[in-house]
Parts: sequence; C-alpha cells; structure tokens
Amino acid sequence: MPLDVQRLTGGYGDRAIIEAIDLTLRHGEWLSLLGANGSGKSTLLRLMSRILKPQVGTVLLDGRDIHQLSPTAVAKRLALLPQQQILPEGLTVDQLVSLGRSPHQPWWQWDLDAVGREQVEKALYWTEIEHYRDRLVTTLSGGERQRAFLALALAQDPKVLLLDEPTTFLDLNYQLQLLQLLKRLNQERQLSIITVLHDINLAARYSDRLALLRQGKLWAVGPPLEMLQPQILADVFEIQAVIIETPIGPQICPLSASTAAPPIPSTASM
Amino acid sequence: MTITTGSSQFLQLYSCSRWRIIWAASLLLLGLSGIVFLSLTKGSVALTSEEIMAAALRQGSDVNQTIFWDLRLPRVLAALIVGAALGLSGALLQGMLRNGLASPFLLGISAGAGLMVVLMVGLNLLQVWVPFGAWLGAVMTTLLVYMLARTGTTLSIERLILGGVAFSSLFGAIQSLLLLNSPDGQFQAALNWLIGSLNGRGWAEVTIAGPSVLVAAIVGCLLARQVNVLCLGDDLAMGLGTSLVRSRCLIGAVATLLAAGAVSIAGLVGFVGLIVPHGVRLLVGTDYRLVLPFSTLAGAFVLAGADLLARLGPVELPVGGVTAILGAPMFIWLLYRRRVLGGQ
Repeated sequence: MPLDVQRLTGGYGDRAIIEAIDLTLRHGEWLSLLGANGSGKSTLLRLMSRILKPQVGTVLLDGRDIHQLSPTAVAKRLALLPQQQILPEGLTVDQLVSLGRSPHQPWWQWDLDAVGREQVEKALYWTEIEHYRDRLVTTLSGGERQRAFLALALAQDPKVLLLDEPTTFLDLNYQLQLLQLLKRLNQERQLSIITVLHDINLAARYSDRLALLRQGKLWAVGPPLEMLQPQILADVFEIQAVIIETPIGPQICPLSASTAAPPIPSTASM
Repeated sequence: MTITTGSSQFLQLYSCSRWRIIWAASLLLLGLSGIVFLSLTKGSVALTSEEIMAAALRQGSDVNQTIFWDLRLPRVLAALIVGAALGLSGALLQGMLRNGLASPFLLGISAGAGLMVVLMVGLNLLQVWVPFGAWLGAVMTTLLVYMLARTGTTLSIERLILGGVAFSSLFGAIQSLLLLNSPDGQFQAALNWLIGSLNGRGWAEVTIAGPSVLVAAIVGCLLARQVNVLCLGDDLAMGLGTSLVRSRCLIGAVATLLAAGAVSIAGLVGFVGLIVPHGVRLLVGTDYRLVLPFSTLAGAFVLAGADLLARLGPVELPVGGVTAILGAPMFIWLLYRRRVLGGQ
C-alpha cells in the first residue's frame, strides 16, 4: 500500500485533534477526506505528509515508517500541496516548478540535471501550462496559479499526492478543470491521491472512496455510493439532505441544517 | 488575461531576461572596478594611474608604494570585504525570514557586538582584542536568539525576529547606560566603533577576517536554492523535503559569520545589509540564485563607494555615518520605485 495510517493520534502540542485513525490508501486510488470544519481533515493530511509528528501510531509510506525516513526520502515519493501558498514574488512558473526537484538535488546544487529538466517539462506538459512558463507566478489567475503549484508537486515525481482543499478560491469552471486534470493523472499515471475537499458532490464525483471524519475520528469510509446516505450526512455534517441519482453518480441536495437555527425575531417586537 | 506591450508591463509579466542579467552584472563589475580605481588614486595625495601601476609593481617612489600597499589597498579590500559580507548576509536573512525588514543586525548581532565593544573600551580591557570581542559578542547573541526561538522541534521565524528584537533592546539599553557613565575619551573611541568606520584599517584586519568571510560567502551563495524553497512557506518547504530547523540554523549561521566578520573589521556599518538586497531584487528579480551573488557584489560596490565619499571631504567621516545618511533616502526611493514598477 502506498500509504497506510495505523492507530494515528496527533495534533498540536499536547492537544490531540485526531484520534486513533486507521486508513489505507490503495495503489492508484483517489481518496477524499470529508468532514465539517474542525473535524481534523487538514491535521490528518499534515500528519500523513510528515509535517506533524504523531503522538501515537504510525504512518507507513510504502511499508516504512514515515518518521524513520529522511525528509527528502519522503519528498521523493510523496508530494503535498498545502491549502494556502505564499506567492513567491518575482519567480517565473518555470523557476517555481523547478523547485519541485529540490528533494532530488544535493543542497549545494543550483541547477537542474537532465533528468530534473525532463521531469519539469513533463509536469508543465501534464498541467498544460507550458505556454506560460516564463510568466511571473504573481501575474497568474487563481486557476493558473493552482496548476503551477500542482506542476511543482508533480515535478517531485511523487507516487502519492496529498492536496489540501485544492479547489478553494477557484470558480466552478476552474474547479472542474483542476479535478479533471487530477483524475487524468490518477488514471493514466497511476498517481495515488488524497484530497481534502469541502464540496461533497465534487468529492463523490471524482474520488474512488470517501473517508468521513467527525470530531477527530474516522466515522465511515467507503465508495461514494455507500457514503452518501442521509443518516451518515446527518451524523457527519449535521445536515438534512436528499440523495439524487444522476448520470455522474449520486449527488446530494442539502435541505437544511440539523441543528436548529435561532428563531428570527419578528418585526413586531423590534 | 491580456498582455500589453508597454515596457513596464512587460517587465512585470516576464522575469528578467538573460540579457538584463548579463547587462546588470557587467555594469556592476564595471562600477566596482571604477570605484576600486578611484579609491586607489584619490585621497590627500592624488596618484595618477601610471603611479598606481608603478607602485603596484613595487616601482617608483617609496612614498607612493607605502600609500598603495600599506594604506589604500588594504583599506579598499577591507571595504569590499565588509560590504560584500553585509550585502550577502542581509540577502540571506531577508530570504530566510521572508521579511524585507531583515538586516544582518536583526538577530541581535549589532547589540551583542556593540555591548562587547563598549564593555572592553569602557573597562579598558584588552583593547587590542576589540575586533575579536565584537565578533564574539555578535556570534554569542545570535546563539542566544536561536536558543530562545527554538521550541521543541520547531524554529519559527516569528520567534527568531522577536528574540532578536528582545536581545537588541536589552543589550542596547545596557550599552547606552555604560556609555553615559564613561569618560569622554572612551566614549569617543566606542562611538567610532558603534557608527562603523574603516579609518586606519590595514592588512591585519583583512587577513584575519577576510578568509572566514570568503568561505562563508561561498557557502552562502550555494544556499540559494534552499532560500528559494524557504520562500514558498513552511508547509510547502517541508513537503519538498526541507528540514526547517536545519536550514534555518545553517543559513542563520552563515549570515551571522558574515556579519560578525564585517563587524570585527569596521564596527556597526548600518543600512548596507538592509538596502542592497532590495536594490538587487529590483534589478534581477527574486530568484536567490541571482540575488545572493548580486547582493555580494553590490554590497562591496556600495561600501567601497561610501568609503570613498567618506574620506574625500575636508574632514574624514566614519563610513557608517555616510551609509546611514545616504541609506535612508535611498531606501525611500527604492520603495517609491517599487510602487511605480509594481503598479500598486
């Protein structure tokens, strides 16, 4: 298995945000982490990418404990795209994507070797941004920018790609473009993917399996068809929803929040 | 997005072309040679280029040879070393801390070195060792700041900056109190250090601090890609296999050794380390593979130029005074240029 999470508990300082999670990412699979705000999705992703150290449990990357491996050894197999990126002022797309080769280069090496150059070219090609390789990253639109950062991650030549809310701040067109691109990489290049997504419908449409988190615990995991059930949605997201069968699979239509909203004061009493 | 063809917009959209970089490098090297030439020829005794050539070959009058070999050459070398060290140190720290306000003195270097100098001068202790004392004060204070900033397995930028500010205030206050209570002569001597001056610097300073600065400068420039990765933010840098603690310690150590070397030669020359990297970024963009070597060259150029100005007037000024007086308006101008170019 590319990534295997065993009895994982972790968080910030002594505080545990997620507790006792067991989760396996299969080869060539796209798994989406879903859950309400504060359910621990991003923390789990940070634990899986070696940014945070677990309090209990292990994360196995290709069968080896991620914390027994060096940071560069992990970065050669696993790439992470954090939710928010700092825009590097003055760097071109090509320069940005080239930084993705960092784990493959010794610290003092400035320039790409032939293999590195080839991988950067591939990453630019896959993400279809070859034509603006010389543009400054700061001048790109939101969607183009996200592709450039995706290309950076692909330049690492990873087997596993972790993305934290990659579609936030993108309009619907760019959201679909990005997810279709990821699907292609997932299917054609056998890239195993884990995404944190807020949009349940998009997650259900593109992922092979959904992992639902509630208050730091893994509530349920399985294919979209099994996960999109009114009761599960009520438990995890505290919403009332109906499930609609569509040509692209099951989709949800939220009806109301389960937790009763405070009553609206009537105009007469004001 | 439309791409307009106006020259400034073109500059905004596209990074610096190869030609622009070659042009900038040639101009800088030319300027540097010019400043070195002027520094060797100008002074209370003006020498012609023929006289300089003769003196360099140990020919001509003894006075000219002494002026060249014992006075001007070591001084101009000292200026180049100090300027290069401050420029590179500032660029490394601005990149590592992702903060344009960072200067080589941000991590407490100036306060530590200053306090040591004031203590040694004030207490009349081992005055010959003042350069080494300044170096030691600078390095020890940065170590303290790093120890304070380190929490568990992390080393945050914010804590580094705040630690630097805290130690600078503390040591600065002690230094001021000591200065207030010291006799006039010692006050003057200490002040000369605190402002920064190259007056009377000779081969001793150059040969002691020069090699360490040279080694640190080579290592510093090789760290360029690391700095580029750190500029992407903590999470992404870690995702790219960077150990934040290790790279921040390494870059900080190199920057400190550079700044401490500069301080041990010339005292606390301000503004060069702050402004030079800003000017360089305006010239060649923000790829640190260019910013670091260019900052080294530009720092050397600026300080050699400032020192030339400092000693050409009727009264010789401390070079630190010149960099401070010219530096602040320069910084304001750079900010203005940046706004014009950035269109913001």
